[in-house]
Amino acid sequence: MEKPERADPSDWVDRYGDYLFRYAMLRLRDRSATEDLVQETFLAALESRRSFSGESSETTWLIGILKHKIADHFRRQAREVSLPDGDPRDPPEDDRFDATGRWSNGPTEWGGNPADLFRRKEFFDQFTKCLSGLSRKHANAFTLREIEGADTGEICKILNVTETNLWVILHRARMLLRRCLETRWFDKSAERGS
Amino acid sequence: MLSCKDVTRLLSESMDTSLPIGRRIGVRLHLLMCGFCARYERQLNLIRGAARHLAAVEEMPVDPSGGNLSEEAKERIRKSLRNNP
Repeated sequence: MEKPERADPSDWVDRYGDYLFRYAMLRLRDRSATEDLVQETFLAALESRRSFSGESSETTWLIGILKHKIADHFRRQAREVSLPDGDPRDPPEDDRFDATGRWSNGPTEWGGNPADLFRRKEFFDQFTKCLSGLSRKHANAFTLREIEGADTGEICKILNVTETNLWVILHRARMLLRRCLETRWFDKSAERGS
Repeated sequence: MLSCKDVTRLLSESMDTSLPIGRRIGVRLHLLMCGFCARYERQLNLIRGAARHLAAVEEMPVDPSGGNLSEEAKERIRKSLRNNP
């Protein structure tokens, strides 16, 4: 059986550095924390190099290590924000419903089709900005669930919350993200007619 | 009867777990009658699609506009790799 190609560690940074960086940056949205995680990943890889079975590609192996580092990072942040005062960005209660729970200010029509939308880099810039505007707890839960695609049991362990708690957090995150996108992108694109 | 506020919460919850059948029917009935909540559901799905698209995009070739590791960081990491043989 042919073994997958293995690069010399001195070539790792040039070969995999940017890829690992983009992967982590999308999830952390913090350049210096991301650079640190990439470095930690390479160092951990260097240490465990001999036990690397070579059954997966080197990229898959490195991403596997990076994923653990990212989970650790979120775990640390979850401990930090569980201070009594919480995150100052924690949103106030939603004001879009009246006392009977009916929309008082319903969602506007977004129009267009996703295929066209997803080709617009500017849309994703706004998407990322909206995500960064959420409190850490909401942003990290959303990132783990929708970008990383983790299952809820796993996320509960990382963020140290119950499942019911996580549903509330994700509901909040989606609602706030939706509202932010509406304000920052869709209502504006309706104005400029595109 | 479920209110719009209940339905938005259940729509989100249904993206993370499967709702009991009674709840599911309640939500579907509400959506038949409520344009705002039906729109809300479409928008939640679009947001999920956008997040997945973003995750897939990182497989694309290097973005020359700067979404990469800085030269300083690369040099720092190379050095740390050399010092940990």
